[in-house]
Amino acid sequence: MNEFSIPESGLVVLIGVSGSGKSTFAAKHFGRFETLSSDYFRGLVGNDETDQSVTAAAFDALHYVAGKRLEAGLLTVVDATSVQPAARQSLIELARSHDVLATAIVLDVPVEVCLERNETRGEHRVPKSAIDRQHQQLRRSLKMLRREGFARVHVLSSLAEIEDAVITRHKLLNDFRDQHGPFDVIGDVHGCLDELVLLLEKLGYELVRDRQGRAVDAVHPQRRAVFVGDLVDRGPDSPGVLRLVMGMAAAGHALAVPGNHEDKLVRALRGAKVTLGHGLDKTLEQLEAEGPEFTREVQDFARSLVSHLVLDEGKLVVAHAGLIEKYHGRASKRVRAFALYGQVSGEKDEYGLPVRYPWARDYRGAAAVLYGHTPVTEVAWINNTACLDTGCAFGGQLSALRYPERDVVAVDALAQYAEPLRPLESPHGPQREPGVLSMADVTGPLHLKAGERGTVKLSAAQAAGALETMSRFATDPRWLRYLPPTMSPAESSARPGYLEHPDEAFAYFRKHGITEVVCEEKHMGSRAVLLLARNPGRFDAPEGWLGALHTRTGRDFLAPEVERALLQRAHEAVEAAGLWEELGSDWVILDGELLPWSLKAESLIKDNYASVGAAAVAATSAAVDLLEKAAGTGLELTALLERTRERSGNALAFRESYRRYVGNKDEIRFAAFQVLASEGKTHESRDHGWHLGIAQKLAVQAPDLFKDTAWMRVSLDSGESTDQAVRWWEELTMTGGEGMVVKPWQNLTRGPKGWVQPGIKVRGREYLRIIYGADYLQEENLRRLKQRATDRKRSRAMQEYLLGLEALRLTAVGEPLWKVHQMVFGVLALESEPLDPRL
Amino acid sequence: MLLTITLESAPGSGIDATALSHLLRKHPGKVQSFDLAVGQAHVFYPEYSKQRATAALLLEVDPVGLVRSKRFRGDAGALDYYVNDRPYAASSLMSVALGKVLRSAMTGTSESYPELAAAPLPLRFELPVLSTRGHAGRDLAKRLFAPLGWNVEQTPIALDEQHPHWGDSQYSALALSGEVRLDLALRQLYVLLPVLDDSKHYWVNDDEAEKLARQGEGWLEDHPDRELIARRYLAHQKDLVALAEARMDPPAVPEATADPGISEQAGGEAAVPLRVQRAMDVIAALKEHGAHRVVDLGCGPGALLRRLQADPFFTRIVGADVSARSLEQAAAALRLEERTDEQQERISLLHSSAVYRDDRLAGYDALVLMEVIEHVDASRLPALQDAVFAGAAPRMVVMTTPNVEYNSKYPDLEHGSLRHDDHRFEWTRAEFQTWAGAAATDYGYAVEFRGIGPVDGSAGTPTQMAIFRKDAA
Repeated sequence: MNEFSIPESGLVVLIGVSGSGKSTFAAKHFGRFETLSSDYFRGLVGNDETDQSVTAAAFDALHYVAGKRLEAGLLTVVDATSVQPAARQSLIELARSHDVLATAIVLDVPVEVCLERNETRGEHRVPKSAIDRQHQQLRRSLKMLRREGFARVHVLSSLAEIEDAVITRHKLLNDFRDQHGPFDVIGDVHGCLDELVLLLEKLGYELVRDRQGRAVDAVHPQRRAVFVGDLVDRGPDSPGVLRLVMGMAAAGHALAVPGNHEDKLVRALRGAKVTLGHGLDKTLEQLEAEGPEFTREVQDFARSLVSHLVLDEGKLVVAHAGLIEKYHGRASKRVRAFALYGQVSGEKDEYGLPVRYPWARDYRGAAAVLYGHTPVTEVAWINNTACLDTGCAFGGQLSALRYPERDVVAVDALAQYAEPLRPLESPHGPQREPGVLSMADVTGPLHLKAGERGTVKLSAAQAAGALETMSRFATDPRWLRYLPPTMSPAESSARPGYLEHPDEAFAYFRKHGITEVVCEEKHMGSRAVLLLARNPGRFDAPEGWLGALHTRTGRDFLAPEVERALLQRAHEAVEAAGLWEELGSDWVILDGELLPWSLKAESLIKDNYASVGAAAVAATSAAVDLLEKAAGTGLELTALLERTRERSGNALAFRESYRRYVGNKDEIRFAAFQVLASEGKTHESRDHGWHLGIAQKLAVQAPDLFKDTAWMRVSLDSGESTDQAVRWWEELTMTGGEGMVVKPWQNLTRGPKGWVQPGIKVRGREYLRIIYGADYLQEENLRRLKQRATDRKRSRAMQEYLLGLEALRLTAVGEPLWKVHQMVFGVLALESEPLDPRL
Repeated sequence: MLLTITLESAPGSGIDATALSHLLRKHPGKVQSFDLAVGQAHVFYPEYSKQRATAALLLEVDPVGLVRSKRFRGDAGALDYYVNDRPYAASSLMSVALGKVLRSAMTGTSESYPELAAAPLPLRFELPVLSTRGHAGRDLAKRLFAPLGWNVEQTPIALDEQHPHWGDSQYSALALSGEVRLDLALRQLYVLLPVLDDSKHYWVNDDEAEKLARQGEGWLEDHPDRELIARRYLAHQKDLVALAEARMDPPAVPEATADPGISEQAGGEAAVPLRVQRAMDVIAALKEHGAHRVVDLGCGPGALLRRLQADPFFTRIVGADVSARSLEQAAAALRLEERTDEQQERISLLHSSAVYRDDRLAGYDALVLMEVIEHVDASRLPALQDAVFAGAAPRMVVMTTPNVEYNSKYPDLEHGSLRHDDHRFEWTRAEFQTWAGAAATDYGYAVEFRGIGPVDGSAGTPTQMAIFRKDAA
């Protein structure tokens, strides 16, 4: 038996003269789709497997398909003669461009056998001269194959060897997907032995010491350590660190990847010429003192390290300088270079250090990537990556990240052992000009991380959909710090004669484990966000600026001078209510409703509602008149007349419904119902009693501007309480009131099924005429209208809510504008996608 | 939705008004109902005597079905909402009902009264709610029906009597009376109701052109507003209008009656329209300073791009706009799909915004903002300045904007109002020069100002241009 092994993914190139039995060999050893045969591709592109004139096109197609397979990480076997160096070179290039290993398998069959087989091929026969030529090319190639770039070359040099061949497949060296941890991933140690020992102890490892008292292993009952590299240089005891880590690795208690410092150390030990900077000279001295045997062990250990590790089913990747997604689990020189050194552009920064490409900023991969290499001030997650080098040798900390828990455990450096060449960077990268917004911030696809609460993905089309509105119609982004989420109605009511009813809203919250809700009157106005600030500078605004008032799509409501007067009055009320002191802030963002609705919607009311109303009343009353006249002549049309009378009544009722929204434009009222954010704080976790209390204080101080919101606290466990709420809703809506909003009393709540909707609206029967049309309550209409799905509306409401909360948080803690703007833009982008506008 | 048709016998005319039911082929003794895709139509006679007979066509529209059904999507978004006038106002829905319920009367033949079917009759049509949309306004009913021999009485309907200051709605009650052949009268209504309403509740396709020609036979050919009728009936689709025109043996087509709006004409004396002059002057400035690679930021539907494209001097052209719709129009205007790869590499379109920095706009010789800044809120101009001068930072920036001093030269423009609804401001020369001068100083450019268009002694030119140059600073 002639057994050999190939990597389980990557490229295999079969090399052999026509008639050497490559296809038979491939069929025996590889799967149906794994082998790409050049003859087959000739057939695909030219209808004839032997047509040499389509060779170029056939190889084009073959390379394309092979590329797609390699991209997907599949083993791919190319069945072509590949006896010419140029043909092989293009395949090696292909493997390289996908960062996979190329393996050559040569079927070196006596030329006579090939010729003999060729004779039996009938019309598929190849000219003898071609076989002879291929044979000579193969002979010449055999000597050079190993230098061409194949990771392994297997030559099967007899029919017997080919016949007996057994091919096994092995995992790549970086493939630790079957290792599930839990792990403690430890950042750059840089010779800081004392800190490493402290950290391991803090993590719950028990140190093992040799007879000289030197740490040679550390054991944890469940966990294993993973070192991100750069064990040596800078710190006081590189050999001590190496001894401990090598001991742990040998005992199976730790894994490690190499850092650039190990790489350089190996080269120095091998006698290569390297510059002895950054503490390497000291390390070499210390190793010299340890003796040649230890040095050799170090050399062997460092050489054995694989560029990066793929762990836990591919969900975790550890590489010293991080790794872009397409390099995960791959093997090539550039993968190794990236993993050890990061991507450098060749430029130097003002400290003379290489400028690195901020790969983590663009990382969108599913695997968490843990790395070190760049000392940063703190461990922070950036797009599912985290840098664990917190500059221990520079007097910072030695940090570990517990996986899968994702807690950071760190110990402070006991001393500063080296002088940093440049100040430690924020993990978020160099600070950009905070007020400058860039297309890159708002161009999709975007993954917006709404704090710890989840990530909202925006497609390119969604993002593009909001660009025009945001650029041309929204108020200035500097004071556009929040957009409210859309609000879902209750599910269609099971009751006859109702499209919406409180029952369904209560049922929703019960289902999500909520026992107490607040029912708030739904004002007949427009959703509005009011920002008031005593310190314009906080919002990068000009002197004398008071704040902003904008719609739920970010537009200004009022002409500047009207807005200014309103803001002035609002300031006075907030001042008088003592809100600045209560909040410990000199700015506040309030969520509320601006009345009357006609302020924003007068043209909508006139052009749409009143217009339809005029047509409806005129048309239906004319029809009633005529039918009555006809009935007078004795025609039988009772049913038609009845229906038409009902329509006429509906038309009048419809008109009444919109007329309630026409108010005096000089009597502007703001009904606040939530305090969204103030300096350093957001308030989504305060119960609604607190919020409504503040709203009431404002209404008491300035009834000419602030309007109170009627509300009722309802226990969902009590039938009496919910009945009372239903009666209250009926009273509110009987005469056309818009309805109510039901919210969890505790405010932001995570239930057993995830985040709970912040509010569900239950609109009044009469009011709904201006949404669903004058005749919507007719039985046949209502039956059909009840078929509506609230799911998509709710999932969008939730995404928008989470983005809005994050925008507020970022504002409260003073993060740069572009970050806030991304979140706000995200809400608008979600809104740009059409959804049933009646919901 | 309602239509009444009355035949009144003048004394001594010898006409028996009850012939109406024979001509319409609808029995006078009962209510007849017909199922339509959009609801139900009913025909009945509220009045029926030898002197005077009235037939009523009442259309009960299914308002929910109309919105929920996918087949009724032709109506420019009106049917996205349940609140709409479609069940009430006479429109294409009524035409469909006419075509279905009174089809035989529309052919002009009658077995029982062939002589009446072939003769003009004293008819009166009443529509209690007629919709008239668009610039043509309420006069349109008169314009359309009067040439056909109708006496037109139109009574506007108030928007809401509780709010009298809102004025009239777009609806009115319409009564037509005259001596017209019944089949012609019905076909005229069939065509002109959707024309007045300027919309259709279904998609308009090639069949409609054919239908227009057929229903228009005998009255539309010589109608003075034939072109407008065709345009509106065929939902403003040019190719269909041409098709219909070809079907109707065309007399001299009258001038297109374009809906009027303010046009920036330079006092009537300029041979070249201002928008053309503006593009020419911008291009001249670019050439003067050797700017071969140009970004047109806020390119709109491509007015300047087309001129840049036509001029080989410009080797690389980028059009950027915040409106995706404008970019589509620009791509069509530039015929990008028909261009070779090389040509497509020379010109490209980007969805971008003047108030965001955009790395893709960096590295060009010049950036043009032609009639753009006045569409940006003044509070966001600092962001625009940053994006243009610090972000894209070309060696040359060309901006044009209206000179508000010149507005007094536009007689159609009300005093104090701006040239376009979307203009956030219009500046005097001093205002523009102050702003541009400060921007130039802040970002290290030199700036030069020029006028575009005819010069007025005191008001200057209609458009003002600033040319910013880095190398001249």
